[in-house]
Amino acid sequence: MPSSRMTTEREPGYSIPDQPSFAPGVASADEPPSGDSAPSLIRDYLSKRGSGRIADRSFAGVMLVCACSIFAIVAFIFWILVLRSNLSLAEFGWKFFTRSAWDPVAGDFGALPFIFGTLATSLLALLMAVPLALGVAIFVTELCPKVLRAPISFLTELLAAIPSVVYGLWGVFVLVPLMRDVIGPFLSKTLGWTGFFEGPNFGVGLFTASIILSIMILPIISSLTRDIMLAVPNSQREGVLALGATRWEMIRVGVLRNSRIGIVGAIMLGLGRALGETMAVTMVIGNHPNISKSLFAPANTLASVIAGEFSEATGDLYLSALIEIGLALFLVTIVVNAIARLMVWAVTRGAPVGAA
Amino acid sequence: MLLAFCVTGCKQSANTTATPASQSSTQNLNGAGATFPYPVYSKWFSEYASAHPGIHINYQSIGSGGGIRQVTEGTIDFGASDGPMTDQQIAESKVAVMHIPTVLGAVVPVYNIPGVTGNLNLAPDVIADIYLGKIKKWDDPRLAKDNPGVKFPSTAILPVYRSDGSGTTYIFTDFLSKISPDWAKKVGKSTSVKWPVGIGQKGNEGVAGMVRQSPSSFGYVELIYALQNKMTYGAVRNASGKFVLATTDGVTAAAAAAAATMPADYRVSITNASGDASYPISSFTWFLIPTHSQNTAKTETLKNFLTWMLDHGESEASSMGYAPLPTQVQAMVRKSIADLH
Repeated sequence: MPSSRMTTEREPGYSIPDQPSFAPGVASADEPPSGDSAPSLIRDYLSKRGSGRIADRSFAGVMLVCACSIFAIVAFIFWILVLRSNLSLAEFGWKFFTRSAWDPVAGDFGALPFIFGTLATSLLALLMAVPLALGVAIFVTELCPKVLRAPISFLTELLAAIPSVVYGLWGVFVLVPLMRDVIGPFLSKTLGWTGFFEGPNFGVGLFTASIILSIMILPIISSLTRDIMLAVPNSQREGVLALGATRWEMIRVGVLRNSRIGIVGAIMLGLGRALGETMAVTMVIGNHPNISKSLFAPANTLASVIAGEFSEATGDLYLSALIEIGLALFLVTIVVNAIARLMVWAVTRGAPVGAA
Repeated sequence: MLLAFCVTGCKQSANTTATPASQSSTQNLNGAGATFPYPVYSKWFSEYASAHPGIHINYQSIGSGGGIRQVTEGTIDFGASDGPMTDQQIAESKVAVMHIPTVLGAVVPVYNIPGVTGNLNLAPDVIADIYLGKIKKWDDPRLAKDNPGVKFPSTAILPVYRSDGSGTTYIFTDFLSKISPDWAKKVGKSTSVKWPVGIGQKGNEGVAGMVRQSPSSFGYVELIYALQNKMTYGAVRNASGKFVLATTDGVTAAAAAAAATMPADYRVSITNASGDASYPISSFTWFLIPTHSQNTAKTETLKNFLTWMLDHGESEASSMGYAPLPTQVQAMVRKSIADLH
């Protein structure tokens, strides 16, 4: 530590109180160290620009305030959400989350269709995106020639940079006609027996929204998985190969098995994004709150109902119900993100540095 | 130094009260509300500002709900709404508010039927039953009855509605509630309703886009939007039994027909108006002006603006696609303006 380097020149009886390493030996900025010659030129220069000790402590204090402000903002948002949804909470209680209704004229509200829409689209998107993302990550880390590594990673991350409104527009003009004319009939012909692809198909619906969401969460999952897999030490790979495993067996046993927890964490983060996605979903999901088995049917999600109906919401109960939906979304997203962070932390704290 | 600038600026604006009323001290008025009339309002406000230097009227189109909320709280100088305030909203308002009608709007039905290119004749109950899910296919005999000679395919109808709350939905559902008791019971009228069937899209552009690219679909958009985007829309049968294709004249005629029984507070629905030329799905849009304001200078400016609107603004409205107020209603509004104080 730099401070200990500085203090080796001082008299043994002189004790330096704890200081952060960026301001070494600053405790006695105003008085020369006992028994030593004049302080170094640098120390002199720094002391002349204001007492190091005060600047030090106030810097630490300001950083603490910044860090606490994050907690304060989140707590404030939560408090305001609960406060403003008190009308709806008083009217419906906790049954709000299990009722299936949305009638602004009659004042009847329930969040169940939206919770269903949010969960169904997000889980379906995960189902489609995870194998693809894992494939991309495995390819980039293990199988890809070094020269292709950078372009593929760059292109995958580019997907994450595209604004969600652009995805929505692409969905409305490209994906919806494709669903209606090509993919839909194909699915109802081949998988119609499952009961998930029946009913009229107009292009918009749960399935289209899931496809768009899966494209949006693919880069998140794949780049995080790639980082986790790179953190697996080479000794693991070499050990498995030395025992006679093939390429795929090495990846499965040596790498994926070790990155299990991290991959789950990455998946949870992708799920977190999918749960909160608004604009792209609201353009292709059909905005008809109902619960149906068919994936061709329109649905609605928590985020898109808030975005659509908030500005014209007349009536206090209506507004309060919308805010309570916001509260539900807030809680779900926080829980998902917390679990994800915990899992990613769990895997990276034990990994040795410099595995590549 | 910045503070000194501000102080001198304030002093200067206070010193110019000696000039005539139309060019009095710098005034900033804030309004907010409906999105439907935003284009014509912003044109009016900018023209008024260039004719009366120093007077700036700012308008934010945040939606009718927001406009009503803010004017009843007293945070803005005036509001605007596509639907009149309900009795409950007026009772709960902190500020007594007067409705002043400004222009008229209309909602037209649009459709995309493969093989059909002309203007269809649509009976009101047919429209209601399409959105109730009772009429499921295009080759229903009720449609064929009003449109002899048109070859309808036997595909399923996809009804498209507005997923975001809007004045357009209010006008449309108000009309449907009047002509269909089933609709009034099951759905009702509001800026946001529980649609029995169909899919929702965001904004006029969302509905129009969906209808345009989905064969066998049916939707409703603002008249101005349909005109500007050259969409084919249907004629609707009015209360007098005539199928009327929406034009600004037809909309003004609907308001004129209602002028005879206009209540003093202008909170009237003119959908399904009688009269041969009236277009049935029309509506006023209103300014919400506090009846009594503490700031007399602002009230004066508002009154001057409203008079200007009647003298100059209304004639410009039709060039932008909005229907102007009929002359009878303009005369009534002139008298009401005098009651603001």
